[in-house]
Amino acid sequence: MKMKTTLMAAAAAFALAPMASAERGSDGQVNIIYWQAPSIMNPYLSGGTKDLEAASLVIEPLARYNQDGAMVPWLAQEVPTVENGGVSADLTSITWKLKEGLLWSDGTPVTSEDVKFSWEYCTADGGGCAQAEKYNDVVAVETPDELTVVVKFGVSKPFPYGPFVGAQAPIIQKAQFQDCLGPKAPECTEANFNPVGTGPFTVTDFRPNDVIQLAANPNYRDPAKPAFATVTFKGGGDATAAGRSVLETGEFDYAWNLQLAPEVLAGMQAAGKGQIISGFGTLVERIMVNMTDPSPELGDERGTAAHPHPFLSDIAVRKALSMAIDRELLVEIGYGDAGRVTCNVLPAPAIYASTANDACKVQDINGAKALLDEAGWVDSNGDGVREKDGVELRILYQTSTNAVRQDFQALIKQWWSEIGVETELRNIDASVFFGSDPGSPDTFQKFFADVEMYANNFDGTDPESYMANWACEQAPRPETQWQGNNMPRFCSEEYDALVAEMAQTGDINERARLVKAMNDMLMQEYVIIPLVDRGRVSAHSNTLGGVVLNTWDSELWNAADWHRVK
Amino acid sequence: MFTYTIRRLIISIPTLLFIALVIFLLLEMAPGDPMAQVPLTVPPEVKERMREALGLGDPVHIRFFKWMQQFFIVEPMHLLDGLFGTSFAEGQQRVISWQTRSPVMDIVMQRMPQTLWVVAMSYVVGVLIALPIGIYSAYRQYSIFDQAGTFVSMVGYSVPPFFSGVVVIVIFSVKLGWLPSIYDTTHVVNDWESFVVQLKQMIMPVMVLALQTTAQISRFMRASMLDNLNQDYVRTARAKGLTEAVVVMVHVLRNSMIPVITVIALGVPSIFGGAIITEQIFKVNGLGQLLITAIQANDLPMVQTLTFIFAILIVLFNLIADVLYGILDPRIRYD
Amino acid sequence: MTETAINPEIQKIRPPRNQWWDVWDQFKTHRGALIGAAFFIFIVLGVFIGPWLWTIDPTYIDIRARNSGPSWAHPMGTDQLGRDTFARMMAGGQVSIAVGLTAMTLSLLLGTAIGVLAGFFRRLDGPLMRFTDLFLALPLLPLLLVIILLFRDSLRAAFGPETGIFILIVFVIGITSWMQTARIVRGDVLALKEREFVLAARSIGTPPRRMITRHILPNVLSPIMVSATLGIATAIITESALSFLGLGFPSDFPTWGRLLYDSTDYLQQYPERVIWPGLAISLTVLSVNYIGDGLRDALDPRIRGR
Repeated sequence: MKMKTTLMAAAAAFALAPMASAERGSDGQVNIIYWQAPSIMNPYLSGGTKDLEAASLVIEPLARYNQDGAMVPWLAQEVPTVENGGVSADLTSITWKLKEGLLWSDGTPVTSEDVKFSWEYCTADGGGCAQAEKYNDVVAVETPDELTVVVKFGVSKPFPYGPFVGAQAPIIQKAQFQDCLGPKAPECTEANFNPVGTGPFTVTDFRPNDVIQLAANPNYRDPAKPAFATVTFKGGGDATAAGRSVLETGEFDYAWNLQLAPEVLAGMQAAGKGQIISGFGTLVERIMVNMTDPSPELGDERGTAAHPHPFLSDIAVRKALSMAIDRELLVEIGYGDAGRVTCNVLPAPAIYASTANDACKVQDINGAKALLDEAGWVDSNGDGVREKDGVELRILYQTSTNAVRQDFQALIKQWWSEIGVETELRNIDASVFFGSDPGSPDTFQKFFADVEMYANNFDGTDPESYMANWACEQAPRPETQWQGNNMPRFCSEEYDALVAEMAQTGDINERARLVKAMNDMLMQEYVIIPLVDRGRVSAHSNTLGGVVLNTWDSELWNAADWHRVK
Repeated sequence: MFTYTIRRLIISIPTLLFIALVIFLLLEMAPGDPMAQVPLTVPPEVKERMREALGLGDPVHIRFFKWMQQFFIVEPMHLLDGLFGTSFAEGQQRVISWQTRSPVMDIVMQRMPQTLWVVAMSYVVGVLIALPIGIYSAYRQYSIFDQAGTFVSMVGYSVPPFFSGVVVIVIFSVKLGWLPSIYDTTHVVNDWESFVVQLKQMIMPVMVLALQTTAQISRFMRASMLDNLNQDYVRTARAKGLTEAVVVMVHVLRNSMIPVITVIALGVPSIFGGAIITEQIFKVNGLGQLLITAIQANDLPMVQTLTFIFAILIVLFNLIADVLYGILDPRIRYD
Repeated sequence: MTETAINPEIQKIRPPRNQWWDVWDQFKTHRGALIGAAFFIFIVLGVFIGPWLWTIDPTYIDIRARNSGPSWAHPMGTDQLGRDTFARMMAGGQVSIAVGLTAMTLSLLLGTAIGVLAGFFRRLDGPLMRFTDLFLALPLLPLLLVIILLFRDSLRAAFGPETGIFILIVFVIGITSWMQTARIVRGDVLALKEREFVLAARSIGTPPRRMITRHILPNVLSPIMVSATLGIATAIITESALSFLGLGFPSDFPTWGRLLYDSTDYLQQYPERVIWPGLAISLTVLSVNYIGDGLRDALDPRIRGR
C-alpha cells in the first residue's frame, strides 16, 4: 500500500497538475481538519506543530524542505551554497536573493527589510520567541539592496540554513509587526491572528482553538494558483473523529496526523471515500534507560549522577532488555504501514543512517536469558524475577497516555517477564509528562522511573544539535532546574569529544561519519533502545488532488498546488 | 426574604474572592507547564525565555493581583467602552491567554453561540422531558411506563457520552449519512434553510447531552413525588374533593420540587462549564473545549478566568435555589 | 401485609421482633428489588469467584489469537493484543464494583453529613454551604493532579502500589462528587425541619442527635437512594477517565470503564467488544437502582403498612 499511495500521490502531482492550472479559485472550497486546533498564526510565538502548519498557508520562508528532505528555494531565487558563492568560504555568512516581483497579500512589495525584520522580531528581548534557536549565532543581517539579504554569523556555521528556512522561520511583514517587538508581541492580537503573508491564502476569520477561514491570496506570485477560492481549517476533537470525517463521511478533504491502530485506519479506508498517505522522517519511538538511581529514598539526589542505577548500569541488563523486544510485531500492532523497525536513534536522512546495529531487528529471548545468566542475574528464589546480590530486576516503565503506547507497554512487559524482569507500568497525561514543571515528579526530564518511552525527532535535515542532546552537560539535574535533553543521563568523554568535533566540521561526509559514530555509541551502550521509525500518517479525500505528504516541513507546504479532482 | 437575599449577595463577594484565591493557588500547585505542547525540538533555554515572556518569572502574589486587577477593573471598563464608545480601558492590559496571546473574554464571547445552541438547549430539552416523565412515573408507580422510563434512564445514565456519542455518529453520519458528524461553528442562521441545517448539526450532541440530564432529573423528580404522594395532606386534599389533576400538579408537585430545584440549579452553571467530552466528540468547540484545551496547554489566565466565571454562576444559582425554596415552601425561613 | 400489623395477641406470644425483619418482609415483596438484588449478587460472585474457575491471566498476551470473536477458548473473544476478554471482564468487574461502591458510599456519607448539618443547624448553614460552593467551583482536572502529586507516593509507600492507588481513587472520586447530595439533602432538611412532627419531637425535648437519626434521616432517604444509584454509575465512569489521564490504575489493569473506552475505537470492526463492558456497567447500575427502590419502599413505614 505504501508503494501504491506514493505512486498515486506522484501521479496526482505530475499528471494532474497541468489540468488543474486553470484559474485561481476555480475549484471552490477545501476543508481541512486538524484534531488539535490552532491557537495563533504566528509561529514565532508558538512552537506548536498545529500552529506552525496552519500559519504555513499564509507566511512562507526563503527556502524549505521538499518531500525528500532536499532544500528547495521558496521566496529565494536559489539556495545559496559554497559552490554557487552564496555561502562564504569561511562559512560565516550566507547571501540570499529574493525572487523578483514578490508581493504581500496587501499588495505591497516584499523587500529584504522584511527579511531582516523577521530576525529582529524573533531576537528582540522579552519577546519569548519560540524559534530563537533558528537564529543562533546570527550577529547581523545586512540588506545591500531591496532583494539581497546577507546573514552574518559570529562563528563558522557548517550548516548555515537555520535562519529563514523551513516552516519554523518564515518571513513576516515589517509594516504589520514593527510595533510588536519584544514584550509588546502579545498585544498585537490582530497581527498574530491575521498576518499579512506571501502564501497562497490569507485569513478571513480566525477563531482561536476552533476554526480558521481563509481565502485565496489575490497577490499570490503564481496567477493560476491556488485552485481553491476558500479554505475552512477546522480544529478539535480526536484523531479517530478526524479520520472518520475524511475517510468515512467525506465531510472533510484532508485530515492531519492520524495516529490510530492500523486496523482502525484500514477499516475506515474501506469505506472508499478517501486514502491514507504516509511518509517517513526522523521520528523514532524509543525507550530511554535511566542510568541513575530514581529511588525515592535518595531525596534530593534522586535521579542524579551521584547514584548509578542499581542494575541498569550493568550493560548486560540493558542489552537483554533490548534483545527481548520483537520490533516487527510492535510495528504491526501499532503503526502498520506507517512504521518501520529501526535499530538507530537516527534513522534518516540516508547519509546519516548507520547499519551497524541491525541485529536488533530480530527478537532473541533465549539470547537475552543467556546474557543475563552469564552476567550473574539468576532467579535463585523462584519468584520468576532474576536477582543478583539482593537486587531484583523490577522495573517501573513510564510513558505518556496514548492508546498505541499503552499497547506497546503491555507487550514489552510480557516479553520482559519472559526473561525474568518484572515491570510495573505507569502512564502520565501528556501535558504533565512533556511539561518541564520542576515541581512535578512525573515529567520525562525528571525521569523518576527506570525506563521511559516517547518519540522525538529534529527539525529539518541536520542532526548536529539533535546528537548533541546526549552530551554530559545536557543531563537534567537539580542545578539545571531539571531541564536538559539527556534523559538517560548518559555521560561519556568520548561522546562529548565527538560532539565538539562535529561543531567544527564542515565537510558533509566527515559529518556523516561523526554522526554515525555517535549513533552507534549510543546504540551499543544500550542507553537508548530504539523501537519504531514512525511515519506521519494523514488522509485526504479521493477528490483532493496534488497532495504531497512532506515530513520535513509543514504538511501543507504545497497547498497552492492542491486542486479538486473531477 | 429580601433582606436575606441582600445579605447573601454581600456575603458572596468575600466568598468569591476567597474562591478565586483558592483556584489560583490550586492552579499554581498543579503540575504542568505552558510549554508542554511546544515540540521537543525547541531547546530548554528557549522555552525558559518563552516562560519569562509570559510573566511566569513574577512571584505568585504579584501575578494574582495582576489577574484580579485585569479581571475586576480592566475587563468591566472594556465592556463599558464597547457599550458606550468610551475609552476608559485604553492602553490597559486585559486578561491575555497564553496560548493565543489574545484577550480571554473575546474568545469566551466567541464561544457563546455554540454553547447556548447546544449545551443550553440540551439542558432545557432534558429538563422539559424529565419533569413529566418523573411526575407520571411516580403517579403510576411500577406501571409499564414507569418500568420503561426507569430502564431507559438508568441505561442512558450509565452509558458515558464518549461511547454514546460515537454510536450515534456511526449510525446517523457514517451508515445513514443523514447528519453531519462535525459541527460548523461558523454557520449563520438567517432563514429557514439555514435553520434546518443548524437543527441537523445540533441534534446529535443535544440528544446525547439531554439523555444524561433527563435520566438524572427524572429520577429525582420521581423519588420526590413518591415521597409526597403518601403524605397526609394528599389524602386531605382528595377528601376535600379536589380533582386528581389539582392534587398532583399543584399540591404534590409544589412540595416535591425542592430537591429537583436544587439539581436543576446545580446544572445551570455547568452549561457554562460546557460539556467537555460531548463537545470534543462532535467538534462543537464551545466553552468546555476551551477549558480543556486551556488546561492541557496550562494556559493559566484562561483556566483561571473560565473557572472563576463558573464560580460566580455557581454562587448565584445556589442563591437562586435558596430563594426558590422559600417561595415553594413558605415555612422555610432563613432569618 | 397483615402479619406485620400489630396484633396484640400475637405480640404476647412472640418475642418482640426486630424492625429489620419487617423491612426484609417488605423488601421480599418487591419483585424488581429481588431480581435486582439477585442479579447484583450474581455479578459480584461472578467477578470475585469467576477467576478461580476461569484461570486465564487477564494480562496474558496471546498475540496469535488477537481480535478473535467469541469461541470456546475465549467466550467473549479477545482484544487487539489477544488478551482474553472474559478474564478481563471479571478482573475489571472486581475493580469497578469495588471502586463504584466504596466511592459512592464515601461521597454519600460526606454529602449527607454536610447536608444534614447545614440544614439542621442554622449557624453551620452559611459556612458549610459556602464550602460546598467552593468545591463545586474548583476545576476538577487540576484538583486531581494536585491530589495525585501530594498523596500518590506516600500512599504507594504505605499500602503498596495497588491498594495505594485504590485508596487514592476512591478518595478522589468521593471528595469530588459529594456536593450535589449535600445540596439536595440540605434543601430537604430545611423543609422537614419546619414540619409538624419535627416540631412535636422538639417540643418533647428530643436531643438533636436523636432528631437527626430518628426523624430527619429516614425522611431524606429517597433522594439519597437516587444519588447512590447515579453515584455508582458516575464512579465507574470517572475511574476510567482517571486511568485514561494516567491518574488511576496502570494501563494494563483492566476496569469496565477502561475496557469500554478502549474498545470504542473498534466499534465498527468489533462491535461485540464494546457490548460486554457497556452491558455490565448498565446492568449493575440498573440492579442497584432496583435494590434502592425496594429499600426505599421497605424503609418507609407508611408503605410498609399497606
